[in-house]
Amino acid sequence: MTDIKSQNVVAAQKMGGDNRYKSNNVELRKLFFDYSGLIPFFLFAAIFIGLPTGSVIVNAFRGNSNEWTFENLRVAFGDIYFTSLTGSIQLGFTSALTGAVTGLAISYGVAISGKKKLQRVVATASGVFANTGGVPLAFFFIAAIGNYGLVTIALQKIGIDIYSGNFTLFGFSGLVLVYLYFQIPLMVIVTYPAIEGIKNEWREAAVNLGATKSMYWRYIGIPILTPAFTGAFLLLFANAFAAYATANVLTSGTIPLLPIQIGSLVNGNVVADQTNVGMAMGLEMIIVVAVTMGGYIYLDRKTSRWRKR
Amino acid sequence: MSKVKVGSTITPKPGVGLNTWLIVGLLFFTVPIVSAALFSVQVGDGTYTLTAYSRMITDPGLSVALWLSTKLVFMTVGIVLLLMVPTVTWLHIRAQKAKRTVEFITLLPLIIPPVVTALGLLSSMPSFLKESPYLLGFAYGALTMPYTYRALDAGLNSIDVRTLVDAGRGLGASWKQVFSSVIAPNIKSAIFGAIFLAVALVLGEFVVSSLLIWNTLPVWMALVGMSDAEGAVAISVMSLLFVWLLLMVLSLLDGSRKVKINVGGV
Amino acid sequence: MSLAKQGSLVELSNLVRRFGEVTALDGLNLTIQPGELVALLGPSGCGKTTALRLLAGLDLADSGKVIVDGKDLTSVPASQRDMGMVFQAYSLFPNMTAVENVSFGLKVRGVDTETRLKKANELLDLVGLTTQANRYSHQMSGGQQQRVALARALAIEPKVLLLDEPLSALDAKVRTQLRDEIRRIQIEVGTTTLFVTHDQEEAMAMADRVGVMSHGKLEQIDRPNIVYSNPTSAFVASFVGAMNRIPAKLDAGKVSVLGQSVKHGGGASGSDLVALIRPESISVSVAKTSSANTGLVLARSFLGPQTRLTVTTSETKTNIHVDLPSSEAGAFAPGTTVGLKVEADSLLTDYHGKN
Repeated sequence: MTDIKSQNVVAAQKMGGDNRYKSNNVELRKLFFDYSGLIPFFLFAAIFIGLPTGSVIVNAFRGNSNEWTFENLRVAFGDIYFTSLTGSIQLGFTSALTGAVTGLAISYGVAISGKKKLQRVVATASGVFANTGGVPLAFFFIAAIGNYGLVTIALQKIGIDIYSGNFTLFGFSGLVLVYLYFQIPLMVIVTYPAIEGIKNEWREAAVNLGATKSMYWRYIGIPILTPAFTGAFLLLFANAFAAYATANVLTSGTIPLLPIQIGSLVNGNVVADQTNVGMAMGLEMIIVVAVTMGGYIYLDRKTSRWRKR
Repeated sequence: MSKVKVGSTITPKPGVGLNTWLIVGLLFFTVPIVSAALFSVQVGDGTYTLTAYSRMITDPGLSVALWLSTKLVFMTVGIVLLLMVPTVTWLHIRAQKAKRTVEFITLLPLIIPPVVTALGLLSSMPSFLKESPYLLGFAYGALTMPYTYRALDAGLNSIDVRTLVDAGRGLGASWKQVFSSVIAPNIKSAIFGAIFLAVALVLGEFVVSSLLIWNTLPVWMALVGMSDAEGAVAISVMSLLFVWLLLMVLSLLDGSRKVKINVGGV
Repeated sequence: MSLAKQGSLVELSNLVRRFGEVTALDGLNLTIQPGELVALLGPSGCGKTTALRLLAGLDLADSGKVIVDGKDLTSVPASQRDMGMVFQAYSLFPNMTAVENVSFGLKVRGVDTETRLKKANELLDLVGLTTQANRYSHQMSGGQQQRVALARALAIEPKVLLLDEPLSALDAKVRTQLRDEIRRIQIEVGTTTLFVTHDQEEAMAMADRVGVMSHGKLEQIDRPNIVYSNPTSAFVASFVGAMNRIPAKLDAGKVSVLGQSVKHGGGASGSDLVALIRPESISVSVAKTSSANTGLVLARSFLGPQTRLTVTTSETKTNIHVDLPSSEAGAFAPGTTVGLKVEADSLLTDYHGKN
């Protein structure tokens, strides 16, 4: 045995070089070639994602004369701008809550109805409406429930004034309502697979073992759906938190919102020597959304584990 | 023969509740659109007119904005076809180990709010780029990445590229032949899906274009809306119709497979 | 703590179940003795799963009775029937570990934590999965999951154990392994068991009695060896075990096939018939000349203790399988002309083309 081995070593040396060193070289070269096809992608991402993001993060800590400072952050969390953060968080939370509850109800109802046609219609509609947002959406709602909206006028004719109370399309309540237009479909898209994935066998096994309906939900149904629901909630939150276009058209600065505030700073609507405060606020946004989306992605992985068959 | 109810714990049955929810849902999603359509054609005295539409179509601002948006659409689609498709294909065939990393990178535009990206572009890009609409095109390529990557990735997953490539190569085909005859036809619908997503996003993108001061369609729409509500509503209706038209064309081209549309809402 | 118990007596009386136009069960009568394992065997749609679900209470009979230990359970909800069921797949609760799954039935019965965990661990030990106690279902193989499912069903000390094709979703090797284990455990615990499957080998290997079903009816129910050797109908004969279908004629009460005349045991009459003959009921010998009962060996497959020859005859133009001990198969290489002799006392007939 060892005889053959030593013979091999001699042969390798005769060919020129230790085989082990040679194969390492080949390995490295192969590795490089394998990844070389991805270079354009990495380059593109580095320039158009990495650079802007890095710039915001770095500049958040730079003062007006390019010195390192926490001043920007201090101002960002100070009285004037702090309300933007709280306003956005409030909007995000309210929008996520309303969208999540409604979306879940629709998702669940459609899933257990068993009607294939209904399910297909809802699936397509969700896909279309989840992408309907931004500027046109604002105008749809202006046409419907704006000051001269058709629904507003129609309701006025029968004596209901929707603007008599606390509601206004051009404020917080209006945004929550308008955001539902894409939040609900988004919720349906994200939670439907989870609900569909609830196997009949689980329910039947639970019943067979003696569980009542409420026991099934308490020990099995709800624990299974909770990660999916929570993850989706976080997604909706991040979505509403970061939304810009619709809020801009409907409120344009009348209510404190972080993205809109940043936009104003960019357009130069504020004090000149606080340009990097916008950067600090940008950093705030990155952190909030990153944490939230991170939570969503983690929970999404967890729920898809159960559905992996 | 007596039939006794043994208990409805077997399969849950939806009742009146579902139907109510569905009707409310239907109203909520159709009323704004219907209102917008009516709003854009009404005169107020019961008659209907298309003046809002003709006013918008003849507005010089529209053609400028439309032209810019169209150029951006083409550029973004170009990035999808020339950067994303090869990258995702390469990823599946040659560099599977990098999948996690690439996937993470494509999720970054979802984690970093577009308003922050706009901010970052303003502060980090050289002025010659900022003065060119190409910057916007590149930015859109990056913004659409999460959706286009997902669509293409799903398409490639569904056809088990490795096996097909091995089979094709085993029969003697060159890499080019393998790609054009084996891979490309099978991911056609995924590519269409990715293109649709990119187009829809580009046509609706507001925050980056407005902060970088480019007169794209949505930016112009918002501007018009400040003085001419009817006109803005008219364009909104038109843009929605266009997107639906695009969706229909794509699903027709795609045959039986549904175009899967992913998350959105900016 | 003894897990063995006296089994319960199960009587299914005239069960009828229709789904719209289709009659899934057409008056099923079945008695399962205490501690017995009865297998319901048949192709999909024969009604075996419907029967199981009616017994479990997961479905309602249109008419008929379900009686266990003399008590009429027909209108009792599934959750109160005290039966343990193992489903074909995916029935473990994904949010619970193996131990939590197994103890679930005890939990809903209000058993305290200590006692039920102890019992659950005992059962996991019984099925050989103590090491997987704290794992989740997605971390286990299919075979392991089914063992946990079995433990879970047994934890509540059910009156009846119901198995709905528990092995069908598993790999072949795991299947044979697990079926022996299930049988071993069932005998040890002594629970009356109803086992549903479409795999005749499984049913024959495991059951005390096998009931062959077709179109909602029980065609024959008896011990496995009786069903195999004395099938009462052509369907049962064809479904259980391997069976040759060789073109034949009926002639004055006798079956004329392969140049021989054998007593007619029953089945179809008329024209275009086949005779049903088991591969081991044909003997072969090397033939020198061709005649009505000779054929040509096309293939020889070594199957271990037995070897299967595939023989074709010019008369019948069908492929006939002949099984013989491998020690005697040496002379019958492919290409050999052989003489075929039917060794059965009587033969069943069926219509040609009916599968």
